[in-house]
Amino acid sequence: MDYFVQQLINGLTLGSIYGLIAIGYTMVYGIIGMVNFAHGDVFMLAAFIALILFLLLMQVLGGLALGLALVIVLLLGMALTSLWGWVIERLAYRPLRGSFRLAPLISAIGMSIFLSNFVQLVQGPRNKTLEPILSNVLVFPVGEGSVTLAEKQLVIMVVTAALLGVLWYVVRYTSLGRAQRACEQDRKMASLLGVDVDRTVSLTFIIGAMLASVAGLLWMMYYGVVSFSDGFVPGVKAFTAAVLGGIGSLPGAVLGGLLIGLIETFWSAYFTIDYKDVAAFSILAIVLIFLPSGLLGRPDVEKV
Amino acid sequence: MRWLSDPLLAVDHLSMRFGGLVAINALSFTVGRGDITALIGPNGAGKTTVFNCITGFYKPTSGRIALAQGGTLERGAIEALTRSGKKRTQGVNPELFLLERMADHAIASEARVARTFQNIRLFPGMTVLENLIVAQHKTLMAASDYSLGGLLGLAKYRAAERKAIDLAKAWLEVVGLVARADDPAGDLPYGAQRRLEIARAMCTNPVLLCLDEPAAGLNNRESAELTQLLRGIRAQTGVSILLIEHDMSVVMDISDHVVVIEYGVKIADGTADEVKSDPKVIAAYLGVDDEEVAVAEAGSVAP
Amino acid sequence: MGAPADALKKALIAGLVTLGLCFPIVALRTDANFSNQLVLTPRWGLTFTLAAIAAVGVFLISLLRPAGFERATPKRALDTAPPHPFFRYLPRIGLVLLLAYPFLALAISASGGPGLLKLVDTYGIQILIYVLLGLGLNIILGLAGLLDLGFVAFYAVGAYSSALLTTTFGLSFWIVLPLAGILAAFWGVMISLPVLRLKGDYIAIVTLAFAEIVRLVLVNWVPVTGGYAGISSIPKPTLLGLSLGPEPGSLTSLLGIPFSPFYRLAFMYYLVLALALAAYWATLRLRTLPVGRAWEAMREDEIACRSLGINTVATKVSAFAAGAFFGGIAGAFFSAHYGFISPKSFEFLESAMIVAIVVLGGLGSMIGVVIAATVMVGGTELLRELGVLKAVFGPDFDPAQYRMLLFGLAMVMLMVWRPKGLIATREPTVRLKPQPTRGAPAVSAGE
Repeated sequence: MDYFVQQLINGLTLGSIYGLIAIGYTMVYGIIGMVNFAHGDVFMLAAFIALILFLLLMQVLGGLALGLALVIVLLLGMALTSLWGWVIERLAYRPLRGSFRLAPLISAIGMSIFLSNFVQLVQGPRNKTLEPILSNVLVFPVGEGSVTLAEKQLVIMVVTAALLGVLWYVVRYTSLGRAQRACEQDRKMASLLGVDVDRTVSLTFIIGAMLASVAGLLWMMYYGVVSFSDGFVPGVKAFTAAVLGGIGSLPGAVLGGLLIGLIETFWSAYFTIDYKDVAAFSILAIVLIFLPSGLLGRPDVEKV
Repeated sequence: MRWLSDPLLAVDHLSMRFGGLVAINALSFTVGRGDITALIGPNGAGKTTVFNCITGFYKPTSGRIALAQGGTLERGAIEALTRSGKKRTQGVNPELFLLERMADHAIASEARVARTFQNIRLFPGMTVLENLIVAQHKTLMAASDYSLGGLLGLAKYRAAERKAIDLAKAWLEVVGLVARADDPAGDLPYGAQRRLEIARAMCTNPVLLCLDEPAAGLNNRESAELTQLLRGIRAQTGVSILLIEHDMSVVMDISDHVVVIEYGVKIADGTADEVKSDPKVIAAYLGVDDEEVAVAEAGSVAP
Repeated sequence: MGAPADALKKALIAGLVTLGLCFPIVALRTDANFSNQLVLTPRWGLTFTLAAIAAVGVFLISLLRPAGFERATPKRALDTAPPHPFFRYLPRIGLVLLLAYPFLALAISASGGPGLLKLVDTYGIQILIYVLLGLGLNIILGLAGLLDLGFVAFYAVGAYSSALLTTTFGLSFWIVLPLAGILAAFWGVMISLPVLRLKGDYIAIVTLAFAEIVRLVLVNWVPVTGGYAGISSIPKPTLLGLSLGPEPGSLTSLLGIPFSPFYRLAFMYYLVLALALAAYWATLRLRTLPVGRAWEAMREDEIACRSLGINTVATKVSAFAAGAFFGGIAGAFFSAHYGFISPKSFEFLESAMIVAIVVLGGLGSMIGVVIAATVMVGGTELLRELGVLKAVFGPDFDPAQYRMLLFGLAMVMLMVWRPKGLIATREPTVRLKPQPTRGAPAVSAGE
C-alpha cells in the first residue's frame, strides 16, 4: 500500500511535467493544426536556461536565498524562453502558414534538429549535473509503512496546479483566450471579425514556450541532470500525452500527461524499467484504436 | 408513377440521430426505375443526411434502405432478405441489396450507387482523365489481377486500361471536357468541375446516381445546360437519378417525382405539379403560420 | 528598396533579439570543474559578435528587400507547365552517371582526390540506400498521403531479420533479401491496422510510437538482438555463390586476378543500384496500376475515393505493405553491406531524414527523392570535410560539429523557400493526348 502510494506520488510528479509540455503541443495544434515538433527541444533549451540562470544567481546571491533564486529563475526563464518561442514561430512557421500541410511539420523537425545541435554546440555534449536542491522529505505514515514526499515534488505539483489555474483563467476570461478560441474554430472568420490572427498565434507560441520553460526548470530541479538530447524523449511523451488526452483539448493534455507519468512510473515499479516507454506508447496505440479522438477530444462526425 | 409500380430503391422508416438531434425521423419514400427523382426541402431539412445514409457514409440509427438491380423491387423479397440477415442476394434476378448493412465502398462498387457531393470532391491534383480512370477502379483492379499481373505488364491489363480510357473519353465528350483531359482537375472552372464530378460518377456504371445540389453555384445558362445533360444521361444509359436541389426551376423542369422533407420528416410526395401546389410545401418554403396551413389543408381537402 | 532608417530600426531589433536569445545559453557556458561542480565561463565576445552578425544581416536584407521576413507570394497550387527539358532528360543522364560512377570514382581517387572507399561507399552506396528508403516512404507518404514518422521501423525490421537469419540459420543473402522485404511488409500491415481509423497527425504519432517501440525492443531484448552491442559479422553477399573477399575460392582467385577491395565495393554499389532501380521501376509501374492511382486519389480526397467504390482500408494497408517492403529490402542490404547493425542506426533522426527526403523532393516525385537524397545525404557528408570553412572560421573550426546544426537549418530554409519541395510538378499517369513536344510552347486549352 505504501509502495503504491509512493509510486502514485512519483507518477503524478512526472506527469505534471509532461502535462505542462503537452499543453504547448495541444494549444499550437488547436490553433494552427500543426504538430510543433520542436517543442520538446524548446523544453530542453529552457532546462538549460534555467540551469545557467540558477548557477549565475547562486554565484551572485552566494547560496543564501534559494527560494528567491528559484523565483527569479522561473520568471526570467519564462521571459527568455518565450522569446525563443516567438522567434521560432516567426522565422520557421509563419512564412509557411496557409501553405501545404506537411511544410510546417518538416520545418519543425528541422528546427528540432537545429535546436538540439545548437545546444550541444554552445554548451557541450556532456550531461550537466547539478547538486540536489530541495531534497528534504516529508514522511507520511501510510498503512504499515510510510511514504515520502520530497519538497521538490511538492513544489512541482503546486507550481503546476497554480499555472493551470492561471492558464484556465486566461483562456476562459481574457480577450486573448477568446481570440484563441475563435481562431481554433475558424481562423478566416476570426480574422474577418477583427481578431489579429498573427498576434494570437504568436501569443499562443509564447504561452506554450512559457509553460515549457517552467517544465524545464522543474525537470532540472527534479532530476538534477540535463543534456542536449533531453528534448526528444520527454517531447515525444508529452506529444503522446496530448494525443492521448485528445489533441486540442487543454484538460485532455493535463490528463494525458498525468496518465503517461503514472503508466511509466507504475510499469517501472511493478514490471520492468526497460520497457516503460514501450508500455506508454502501447497504451497510446490501444486508446487510439478504440477512441480515435483521444480521451477528451471531441469525437467528430465525418463531414461529407 | 413508376416510383409506385416499378421502384428501384425503397427507403423505409429511415431515422438518423446525432446525439440528441433527430436529423431524419421515420422517413419513407421510393425511387422509380429510370425516373429523375428530386429530394427537396428547406435548409437543414436533412436531405444530405438522407444521401449519406443511402451511400453508406452514415450508418442510420434505424430503418431500411433496399435497392434492386435488374428488376422491380418486391416487398416480399425485401422481407425475406431482411430476415436472412444477409447484406445482399446472390445470383438471383433481380439482385437485392440492403444498403444500411453495407460499407460505403461496397455500396458504390456492388450495389452500384454513385454520388456527387455538395462541395465538389474531385481529385484536384490528378488530371481530368485520371479522375475518370480512378472511378473505374473495380474493373481495372480485376484486370490487373490485384496488381500482380499488372506489375508484370500483362497484355490483359493494358487492354483493360485502353478500354477504360475509351469510356472516360466518351464521358468527357458528353460533358464537353475532352480538350481539358490532361489538365489537373483542380484547374477547371467551377461549372466544369461539377460536370466532371457527374461524369466521374457515371464512369462507375451506376444503376442509381445521387446528385447533391448539382446546380449550386451555376448561372442560369449553366443550369439549363445541366438539365439537358441529366436528361441526356438518363436517355443514354437508363440510369435512375436522385437529386437534391434548391433551384426550383431545375427541379420542376426535370423531375418525374418530387419528395419534400422538412425537419427530417416527409411532408409531400408526388409529381412536380402535385407538390408545387401542396399547401404544406408552400408553407415550408415560405414560412406560413401553422393556422394558415390548417386552413389551407382544410380547403384543399374539401373539394 | 526599404528606407535606410527603417532598415536600421529592424537591424537594431534583430540585434537586441539575438542578444536575448544568446543570453544565457551562448553567453555563459557550463562546464564541470575538477570537483565535478558546474562553473560558468562567460563568452560575451561571441554573444556580441552573433548579435552584430544578426543586425548587419537584417540591415542588408531589409535594404535590399523591404519586407524582410514576410512570406513570399503563395504560388499556384498546381504547376501545369511541362517541366523544363532538362528534367525530362535528367533520368537518362542520371542513369549513365550512376552506372559509370565507380569508375569515375576510381579515376578521381587515382588522380589525387579523396579515397575510393569514401567516394563509393559514403557518397555512392549510402546515398543509394537513402534513395531506396525514400522510394519506400514515397509510396506511403508521397503517393498515399499517410504521414509515417516511423518509417525507420521497417528499415530496422529488414536489417535485424536478415542479420538474424544469416547469422543464426546460415541462410544466403539472396534468400534473406526477399524474406526481409516480406517480413517488413508484414509489419507494415500490422502497423497500418491501428492507423486505419486515424487521421493525419494521429497517424504520425502512432507510427512514431511504433518505431520507438521497435527500437526499445532492439535495445532491451539482449539475448536476441544483442542490445546496444548489436549484431556483428554478418556475412557479405556473394555473386553466384562466390565471395568477393581475399580468401581462396573467391571469385577473384578463381579468375586469377589479384584481390582488390574495389571489386567488392563496386559489386555492392551495383547491387544497391540495381535494388534502387528496381524500386524506381516498380513504383513507376505501380503508379499506372489501379492500386497506385487509388493511393494518389486517397491522398487527394479519401471520401471521394469511397464514393467511387474504392476500399480505402485495403488501399492504406497495401500502401504500408509496399512501402515497408522497400524499407525492409534497404535494411537487408544495409546489414549485409556494413556487416554490423545496432539500434543506433535506427533512431528517430533516420525517420526524420527519410521524411525530409520525400517532402523536400516534392511529394510523390521519384526524381525528387533521388535529388533530395543526394543533396541531403551528400550535403551533410560534404560538410564533414570542407576544409574551406576552416580557412574562413580559423583552424579550430571543426565542420563535423556543425553538420547536423546546418542540416536542421537547411531543412527549415528549404521549406520556407519551396514548401512544395524541389519537384512540385506531377507527371500524370496517363494522357489522352501525346505530351507537348519539347520546344513547342505548351498552351493548355481554355486558358
